[in-house]
Amino acid sequence: MNFSELTVLQIKDLIANKKVTSEEVVKHFIKVCEDKKVLNAVVEIFYDAIDRAKEIDQKIAKGEKIGALAGVPVAIKDNILFKGKKMGCASKFLQDFVAPYTSTIVEKLLKEDAIIIGRTNMDEFAMGSSCENTCYGACHNALNPEYVAGGSSGGSASAVTGGLVPCAIGTDTGGSIRQPASLCGIVGVKPTYGTVSRFGIVAFASSLDQASPLTKDIESSLYVLKIMAGKDAHDGTTIDNKFEKNLKQKYTLGVCKQLMQTFKNASNDKHFDETIEKLKNNFDIVEVDVPHITNSLASYYILAPAEATSNLARFDGVKYTRRAENTKDLESVYVKSRSEGFGKEVKRRIMLGNFVLSSGYFDAYYNKAKKVQRLIRQELKEAFKACDAIIMPTTFGTAFKLGEKLNNPLAMYLEDLFTVPANIAGIPAISVPYATADNGLPLGMQFFADEREEEKMYDIAKTFEQTIKGGAL
Amino acid sequence: MSFLEQYDVVIGLEIHAELNTKTKVFCGCKNQFGQTPNTNTCPVCTGMPGALPILNKHAVELAIKSGLSFGCEISPYSVFERKNYFYPDLSKAYQISQLVYPLCVGGHITLDSGKTIRLNRIHLEEDAGKLTHLGKATGSLVDYNRGGTPLIEMVTEPDLSSANEAVEFLKKVREALIFEEIANCKMEEGGMRCDVNLSLMKKGSKEYGTRTEMKNLNSFKSVQRAIEYEAERQAEVLASGGVIVQETRKWDDEKGESFAMRSKEQAQDYRYFPDPDLLPIQISKENIEHIKSEMVMLPSDRRTRYMEEFGLPEYDAQILTSTRYISDYFEKCVQHFNAPKKISNWIMVDLLKLVKDQEEFTFPVSEEHLSTIIKMVEEKTINKTVGLQLLDKVIETGKEPLALAKEMNLLVTITDEQIIELLEKLKSENAKVVDDFKKTPEKVIGFIVGYVMKNTGGKANSNRVRELIAEKF
Repeated sequence: MNFSELTVLQIKDLIANKKVTSEEVVKHFIKVCEDKKVLNAVVEIFYDAIDRAKEIDQKIAKGEKIGALAGVPVAIKDNILFKGKKMGCASKFLQDFVAPYTSTIVEKLLKEDAIIIGRTNMDEFAMGSSCENTCYGACHNALNPEYVAGGSSGGSASAVTGGLVPCAIGTDTGGSIRQPASLCGIVGVKPTYGTVSRFGIVAFASSLDQASPLTKDIESSLYVLKIMAGKDAHDGTTIDNKFEKNLKQKYTLGVCKQLMQTFKNASNDKHFDETIEKLKNNFDIVEVDVPHITNSLASYYILAPAEATSNLARFDGVKYTRRAENTKDLESVYVKSRSEGFGKEVKRRIMLGNFVLSSGYFDAYYNKAKKVQRLIRQELKEAFKACDAIIMPTTFGTAFKLGEKLNNPLAMYLEDLFTVPANIAGIPAISVPYATADNGLPLGMQFFADEREEEKMYDIAKTFEQTIKGGAL
Repeated sequence: MSFLEQYDVVIGLEIHAELNTKTKVFCGCKNQFGQTPNTNTCPVCTGMPGALPILNKHAVELAIKSGLSFGCEISPYSVFERKNYFYPDLSKAYQISQLVYPLCVGGHITLDSGKTIRLNRIHLEEDAGKLTHLGKATGSLVDYNRGGTPLIEMVTEPDLSSANEAVEFLKKVREALIFEEIANCKMEEGGMRCDVNLSLMKKGSKEYGTRTEMKNLNSFKSVQRAIEYEAERQAEVLASGGVIVQETRKWDDEKGESFAMRSKEQAQDYRYFPDPDLLPIQISKENIEHIKSEMVMLPSDRRTRYMEEFGLPEYDAQILTSTRYISDYFEKCVQHFNAPKKISNWIMVDLLKLVKDQEEFTFPVSEEHLSTIIKMVEEKTINKTVGLQLLDKVIETGKEPLALAKEMNLLVTITDEQIIELLEKLKSENAKVVDDFKKTPEKVIGFIVGYVMKNTGGKANSNRVRELIAEKF
């Protein structure tokens, strides 16, 4: 049995039904991680996962009560804290940092007897769309190593698609889960803001960040997300998302006029239109108007850097980050340590954030971006009166080649154009693979739903998947 | 005497007081002074990556109480903001504070002269850690124990015009905060600190001069001296044709002078923005009413009441309201036995002398027991000397005074009949006494009382004896 081809739910059932042991499963995935080290997807394997797998196997053998993910290996992005393990945010600055406590999401996974098997590559401090801004070396797309895996959760996406792990946790601030999921042909989701605790996850833009799973299939995605979700006493911004099942027999999909205009101006891809045609059998399709949605990216690149510049200020060379040598005073400790510690893209965003927060510019940038955010929220709320979900491509196209956009930050930022609105509006969004482009690489389809409508969104994604596969409903 | 005569001194204060909470404002660490460095810390107050603040509700309540004490308006909606700057004692490189939407707005305090000093606002924020400088070669040490201690910052309008007024104002603030148990205000521990903003205004003019700011004055004496010094300094600069530079100055208490720290040009841009980790605080009218109901009458109001309602001299009222404890103690005694002046005498003369530590103490006898003893003396069932003996014994044994007095056989137990019997006996045996009493009662009454006392072992109530003598003779 090649565990690498199985989903989380399949592996979970095999272990729970004693068809295989967790130890076998974990050893298999460790072996694949080692064999595919060259992908730079998993940057550290936690070998003590084998001991933990043995404990879970014993529990199962003894007939004890087991958790919902008993024995299933899960990898975590390098910005998630797991006590006693290194956590580096793919930054030179945090190279020797060992987590002093465990994040809420890892606690929740462990409570369900999951096995944390290693940590995955990412863009430094989650800033990037290609997983090339990393101190571990660029991550390669497991589907074709000449191509990027997307970012920032590129390591998590490549690891899942390459069969290195059945599930990896990523974080999504502007599309950092959905874009790599799309580029790697897997399922990636960003839940309603506040659904998943951020406690123990290194903050990029606190008001936009959400963590969630990357998996091969839709069912496993929802299954793991529900385990990670929940109000947390350590995170005041969490909500009690009840995952209410407002399911329907037939759904209405909205096609956003403004986003499609943008898409068609930039892409010749015919897959989207063809797919919409197919969908008409099982869905009602309507056009929806969200006039300010194309301003999402602009407001995102003001709000996210503003929060990031403050969130990253604690990395100052004084406490736990690497301190530069040969400093002469306090100021030089700060300047030298931060100059040496942060990479180019991170510095760019710190500068941007400081600029928009500066006295005299705050209203023109930050406050204006907040106003635009409120407008987009209202407009989307209105749009969801006319449809159950808004459908759009996750990205303009497939994965691009390593190095292709590295020196063109604006082209890189455009990768987030379709994903960012969900973060700006705080609503859930999911990317599912739906077609293969001429270069043999996958394309992802994205659905936005109204806040707390995850169940409906997953149900729509499921119906979508069955429709394009030609299966009967 | 000086150049200062041509000017009015204009002073505004910023007062910081550490709130009396059990735990810190954004984490569960104890709010305690004086522990081994960095032992009273956690990931939140040391600014570990991924750690998030959780607001301590008690701190909000105490801050609201402070606002209610000084007649502020309590904002129904207030927001925490990040004040961004680098300093090693600031673990996150930003301080969580409030700027645009403070918790309490307006308010005032009236000085004894009747002059009103307006408050601009009171807001809630966190304290920083503490640096210990070891000298240039060795460096500095950081202690984060104090980091995250809840503070209120109280900002006045520039309504104060002398050092004496400033000190009186501070004393009133301190008294109220201690009385309401909002803050301990232990100035020697940094529990209350004050920044002074000072400028000079030409007499008769309406234009403010340029102000300077003196930071972190932590005794009444240094506030007094710093203000006097700075007013004089500015007057001299102006008199010699110079201009005042807007700057922050540091007061050196030992030298008795201040020196420039940084000018306006060097001032930091704090890049304030709303903290995305903390939701806005929303306070309902019911919340405010509930907090109000927990508040006690302020010392000045209590003094007025003691003088007007209880008819106490100002001196008594002053002493009885010097601390919340004495005042509450006194009021409880009055509830037990409504003789305010008698109780006041006992507390001031007989109880306070028993107290060794004037700062922190509780009286060694309960309000109920003390009132019982005073009542017995007032009703002449014992005399004052016996009352004091009884008090000693109650303190020693903790027993109920009445029971103890019976046990010790201290009570006056002679009945009217017994006294009358003795008086009749005297009349029949000694006719001269009857005659003498008719002529000059004042000369023989002592003899008659003495006779009764002698024959009752001193246990007759002398007042009652006198009454009965008047009746029978």
